[in-house]
Amino acid sequence: MRNFLAILERELKSYFLSPMAYVVLGFFIIATGLFFWSIVNWFDRTSMQSMMMAQQYRQAPQPMNVNMMAIRPLLHNVAIIALFLLPGLTMRLFAEEKKQGTMELLATSPLSNWQITLGKFAAAWAFYLVMLLATGVFVGLLFFFGNPEIKPILSGYLGLLLVGGSFLSLGLLFSAFTENQIIAFVSAFAVNLMFLALGWLASFSGPTLAAFFTNISPLEHFDDFSKGVIDTKHLIFYLSFMFGGIFLTFVTVESSRWRGAR
Amino acid sequence: MIQVQNLTRYYGRTPAIQDVSFEVEKGEILGFLGPNAAGKTTTMRILTCFMPATSGTAQVAGFDVFNQSMDVRKRIGYLPEQPPLYVEMTVKAYLNFVAKIKGVDPRERKNRVNDVMEKTAITERQNDVIRKLSKGYKQRVGLAQALVHNPEVLVLDEPTVGLDPTQIIEVRKLIKSLAHNHTIILSTHILPEVEMTCARALIISRGRIVAQDTIENLTHRKRGAERLVLQVDGPIGSVREKLASLSGIKKVKGDSVNNSVGRYDIECESGRDLRRELAQAVVQNGWGLLELRAKDFTLEEVFLNLTTEEGGAKA
Repeated sequence: MRNFLAILERELKSYFLSPMAYVVLGFFIIATGLFFWSIVNWFDRTSMQSMMMAQQYRQAPQPMNVNMMAIRPLLHNVAIIALFLLPGLTMRLFAEEKKQGTMELLATSPLSNWQITLGKFAAAWAFYLVMLLATGVFVGLLFFFGNPEIKPILSGYLGLLLVGGSFLSLGLLFSAFTENQIIAFVSAFAVNLMFLALGWLASFSGPTLAAFFTNISPLEHFDDFSKGVIDTKHLIFYLSFMFGGIFLTFVTVESSRWRGAR
Repeated sequence: MIQVQNLTRYYGRTPAIQDVSFEVEKGEILGFLGPNAAGKTTTMRILTCFMPATSGTAQVAGFDVFNQSMDVRKRIGYLPEQPPLYVEMTVKAYLNFVAKIKGVDPRERKNRVNDVMEKTAITERQNDVIRKLSKGYKQRVGLAQALVHNPEVLVLDEPTVGLDPTQIIEVRKLIKSLAHNHTIILSTHILPEVEMTCARALIISRGRIVAQDTIENLTHRKRGAERLVLQVDGPIGSVREKLASLSGIKKVKGDSVNNSVGRYDIECESGRDLRRELAQAVVQNGWGLLELRAKDFTLEEVFLNLTTEEGGAKA
């Protein structure tokens, strides 16, 4: 446990010392902010129109739901932004250690490969949590001006944490394959993009294939969370996805030692 | 302290080291000599538990490097060829981290870190970011890292590569001073380094140990044959012929120094001093004798001899 914490602490500190993490954090906030701004704008216009229509026809206005109409699409977009940006967080985790030769320090210290792998994953996940907390400002604004429900927001954030964790576990794996950070980034990015594309692909496919496509993409399991539903089916999907990514990373690290590669 | 038996390691089908066996006593500094790609790093990586051997066993401080890897790791300090530094950290933070993962008692950690910083003379730079340090300082931080948990065994892979002469001397001094409390294996392809720091050396070539002995015996071994250096003013071809025809001379090698002057390396049969005969021969032919002296075999020559002999046998 102490070793795991030592790795976690070092990785997390080095995030705050590395320009890449700030680039990821910065773009994440900007992109999320843009979506927030346009979604709120749209929501505003729509509710104005709805009010005017109601006055014109002397009816009660259509009920508008902030959670369903603003927060849900916002969170969905945050998940997609994360898909694009998270490979930037994971690309250095193993690739840099191999390139810098620091893997030799870790591999010859009394540490297990599990402690190293889990420590690194936890650090990336913790930094992602910081990124998510930063977007909390936007949601906070909605609380200030409106009256949204808190529960679907919390479950939505839980969902985001899980989607992101899945992408991170995948990025971690690609980082363990290579000592080149760019290759690690591009391959993780490409696979993430493929998961996004699976959603589109599903709409052109027959029922069996469509079900398969939507079931294997982390993005497609997110929707229920943003509606406020925590389904064990999705929970188990995310946890096993993350475990799979982390386990394969562990195997890769372990086997590179046997093969004598760095 | 270190026992290595029949260690063999293959990368795919290529053997990196074959049947390497040696022992290192407590408190000894062993020089590990070999040309590049001879298998020095591979051997060190197996000893430090970085990777397992294909066959053979190695024990460090009584623990097997494969089956009791964690016990070995706690007792071994390793400085790889490229010092394993997190360049974005400060010296102090980095050493603190290393102390943590090496399992140094949290209450002693601060003392240990201060202690090794002092030993390696980096205390004034403790708050500098490692990236900004010069190569020499980086190397010292690398050494400090290997020392921070006060290991019984130190494995140093080419610790003086890329340093300037003053720094090299400092690092060598430091290594020598460490020998009292640590057992050290030091790899290098710089021969004077071994002569200066180590009592015993092990020469490895193409994955096999070709010699292991004290430095004294190693340089002596070749001294069976006497060697002379000669500079003569005269036509090179005929001088070489004449010299080679003298009795007791095994080999003559001649290079021209300038148009008429040649430099000759001469190997004589052991136990014979042929300087008088050589001088006579030169003078009798009317050539100018510019230099004539006896020469010892250096470790360098022993090394070259051993490592190329092996190559010749294989080809």
